[in-house]
Amino acid sequence: MDKFYHSVRLDQELCKGCINCIKRCPTQAIRVRNRKAQINSKFCIDCGECIRVCPHHAKLALYDSLESIREYDYTVALPAPSLYSQFNNLDDVNIVLNGLIQMGFNDVYEVGAAAEIVSEATREYIVRNYRGVPFISTACPSVVRLIRVKFPNLISNLLPLKPPIEVAAQIAARRAVEMTGLSRDRIGIFFISPCPSKVTYVKAPLGTEKSEVDRVLAIKDIYPRLLSYMRTVEMDAPDRMEAGKIGVGWGRRSGEASGLFTESYLAADGIENVIQVLEDMEDQKFSNLKFVELNACNGGCVGGVLTVENPYVAEVKLKWLNKYMPVSKSHMDDISRKMVDWTAPVEFEPVFNLGDTLAESFSRFNQVERLCKKFPGLDCGSCGAPTCKTLAEDIVRGEAQEKDCIYFFRDNLHRLSGEVAVVADCLTGRSAVTEETVYMLREHINRIEDELLRLAGSSHKAEKEEQNREGRQESREGEEKK
Amino acid sequence: MADIITLRYTVSPDDFTRAGEASSDVKNKLKQLGIAPPVIRKVSIALYEGEINMVIHAKGGEITVEVSPESIRMVLADVGPGIPDISLAMKEGYSTAPDEIRSLGFGAGMGLSNMKKYTDYMDIQTELGIGTTITMIVNVT
Repeated sequence: MDKFYHSVRLDQELCKGCINCIKRCPTQAIRVRNRKAQINSKFCIDCGECIRVCPHHAKLALYDSLESIREYDYTVALPAPSLYSQFNNLDDVNIVLNGLIQMGFNDVYEVGAAAEIVSEATREYIVRNYRGVPFISTACPSVVRLIRVKFPNLISNLLPLKPPIEVAAQIAARRAVEMTGLSRDRIGIFFISPCPSKVTYVKAPLGTEKSEVDRVLAIKDIYPRLLSYMRTVEMDAPDRMEAGKIGVGWGRRSGEASGLFTESYLAADGIENVIQVLEDMEDQKFSNLKFVELNACNGGCVGGVLTVENPYVAEVKLKWLNKYMPVSKSHMDDISRKMVDWTAPVEFEPVFNLGDTLAESFSRFNQVERLCKKFPGLDCGSCGAPTCKTLAEDIVRGEAQEKDCIYFFRDNLHRLSGEVAVVADCLTGRSAVTEETVYMLREHINRIEDELLRLAGSSHKAEKEEQNREGRQESREGEEKK
Repeated sequence: MADIITLRYTVSPDDFTRAGEASSDVKNKLKQLGIAPPVIRKVSIALYEGEINMVIHAKGGEITVEVSPESIRMVLADVGPGIPDISLAMKEGYSTAPDEIRSLGFGAGMGLSNMKKYTDYMDIQTELGIGTTITMIVNVT
């Protein structure tokens, strides 16, 4: 398993090399180099912000296609609660669940049902383990990944319970094996996801060694097809609902926390707000809080980048939908109780350290400070790094150069043209123009041209430089012949 | 021999919304340096308490943090009213913070005692009407 697997990727063809994504990435994981964005896999937390902001749709999420259900003899769909919030005038979740069956799945199990089991386990866990320090929800994989690389002191606050998606997959797989007698590998567990972060969770889970989810589909991908199948669902279709108010509520912000029956919780949504809360938690600014619910997306899972509905509209729809539901329809039993605990620890990954050793970090830190004083501090992004400071950090890590800064470039050009002027002055008013002076002038002009070419920075850059070098060689040879 | 890193901050008395910025900056820099997380935690809590005290009780001041691979030394110097009775001020729950500050959740009387608790060394030099200088050290190794 790749510790830094990512489902958020770049489409090289579509990328224009603009700076929208580098500016919005919350962990400053993206650089534009050679006119294409690059995602640093160690820094990226798969939150999907770059997918949201890219005007050229060059950022994409990897997920599976619905056709992959043919690879299995028996398939179970696990719809995320956020799926229900995508439809207009939906008043019965059962229509969605039966629509999924019509679409080709053999069975369906609501992630919301497993969420109610996780809520129950969380309530028990808090009663048993609360020592005045709040627990942080681990349902949003991007939040867990963020804490893993940025907030080492908060790892011990993480609620060591599996997210509903995993518990749902375990329950669904077990049921399917019992019901069909098939071997586990013939059964396909399909999660219908609102975000790429959950795809990453499935491929490289934190808190468990291996996920029981086999395939992940995107809500936006199956939405149009599901809609047409939902229209064919009969009034007397079987009741497949196993989640109540609490489970369905998990799809929106505060949903998870409100299932804990306590007032002492904080719920934050939107990755920037999440970071702010984590910073404050590190400083122990919150007292008497028992639980902190954090969602990387605005509005919670309904704001996931693979959904279709406006998150705030979706939030309202979800509220209406679960208004007359029983509080909870699924409860923890002896079997599910054994499924919820983490089976693998989450460990701090110090990827943002400046150096490998303290000594190296210290010396690089001082270099960064010195460089930052030289840079203009405008954070213009023209160098391809989001801020002057990140450029300085890239330089000390050996991944960028000072002259990547456009202001350095400008000053350099200014200096060179000044030198050309000096040489030109030497030429005027002299009776004998020496070859040496002409050569110097040509040298300077070549250097200016080099600088301009470097700014162009495109793929033909190397080619031009080659031509240039040859040209210069020839001119020098020409000089010598004279 | 690794470099020693010196960080300096001016704590503004006028803008309460900026209180805590210095300790937050120190925290993020220590993280980048790869200082052990438990050490960072101690430094950021002690420094945060000290910084807030400078805003609430003194009229701001200067914070100097010297980071070496062995220890982190923090000097918080203000030109405030001074502390009349240090042992009383050190008592948990004792606070002279005004009500408007308490309503923000500060002034629980844990500031100085927390600073002592989270550091390996703390020294207070104070003179009434002149100011207070607090030196704290947290060992890295």
